Amino acid sequence: MDRLLNVTAGMSIVLLVLVLASVRRAHIRVEYSVTWLVAAGAMLVLSRSRTLLETLRGWTGLPDTPLTLFLFAGGVFLLMFFRFSVIISHLRDDNIALAQRVAILEFHLRQSISTTHET
Amino acid sequence: MIVPAFNEEGAVASVVRSVHEHMPGAGVLVIDDCSTDGTVSAASAAGARILPMPHHLGLGGCVQAGYKLAYELGYAYVIRVDGDGQHDPRDIPRIFERLRSSGCDMVIGSRFADETGSGTGVVRRLGIRFFRAVLRPILGQPVQDPTSGFVGVNRRALDVFSRSFPLEYPEIEALVVLQRRAFRFEEVPVKMRPRTTGRSSITPLKSLYYIVHVLLGVFVNVLKYDRRLHRAQREKGRGPISGVGGG
Repeated sequence: MDRLLNVTAGMSIVLLVLVLASVRRAHIRVEYSVTWLVAAGAMLVLSRSRTLLETLRGWTGLPDTPLTLFLFAGGVFLLMFFRFSVIISHLRDDNIALAQRVAILEFHLRQSISTTHET
Repeated sequence: MIVPAFNEEGAVASVVRSVHEHMPGAGVLVIDDCSTDGTVSAASAAGARILPMPHHLGLGGCVQAGYKLAYELGYAYVIRVDGDGQHDPRDIPRIFERLRSSGCDMVIGSRFADETGSGTGVVRRLGIRFFRAVLRPILGQPVQDPTSGFVGVNRRALDVFSRSFPLEYPEIEALVVLQRRAFRFEEVPVKMRPRTTGRSSITPLKSLYYIVHVLLGVFVNVLKYDRRLHRAQREKGRGPISGVGGG
């Protein structure tokens, strides 16, 4: 049990460092890093506080503390994937609308240039 | 006339020439979905105007770009013909005539309207039967060839599609979008020709994905428009009450 909690704490710290480094290098925008930082922070706190983990286990009624930790982690990451799917869908829609607009503007521009040349 | 094309160097020029031949005077716009071959030069040499996409958008994004441009340029009717040469441009005048004379918003070139179903494989035929059965109660009228991309639309439909058009596998969802807005569609029999160049990208796995994707899209559209309708009816119901209070 202790080893599991230590490994989880270690992984959370690695995730925190990785996300912060990525933000510093501008690989991840600050607004998209917050979810990762909160998730990693929550995992770190849970893995370091047995009382909190036991309380969580009591609330959920699960038989096992490690199972509680992993279900919590799984739930958090599923929510994050959902959030990022929503963001990606919005970005894709915006991207397609912009690409169409660029293509149409280019079309109008070429038409105007050829009309100007003809006159 | 809009012709979406992606890597159709071998077929697009003959499609454009054939469209010019059967619909003289009609503008032909080839929407190039970022082809890596000579599609643009072939289409351009055949006399088409080109709308090149800045990156690959997929069929729906490409067709919608054509609809948007046509709407902005003030066209009253637009007919879509695929750039792979499977749609026979000899059928275009009939689609156009039906579009003008019937007053309906969309005319579908149907390979099954005369029960021949020419040029259709067994798997596709089964898929079409399945979608016919699914769509019958939703559309409130039978549709023989819901997957046909050989369609003509009027300005009302153009207005709707230029604002909202399904991006992947658009044909079936587009029908639902129109029906939910109480627009009318009809079918005219057409012949489909076998593909002469290039290869179809349809695989068994993609067919399965297609079915799941389209079913989901159809039901999402049904729910979306029904919710809007209920909201509109609720607001309409509230209208006179607030009017009395205000008076």
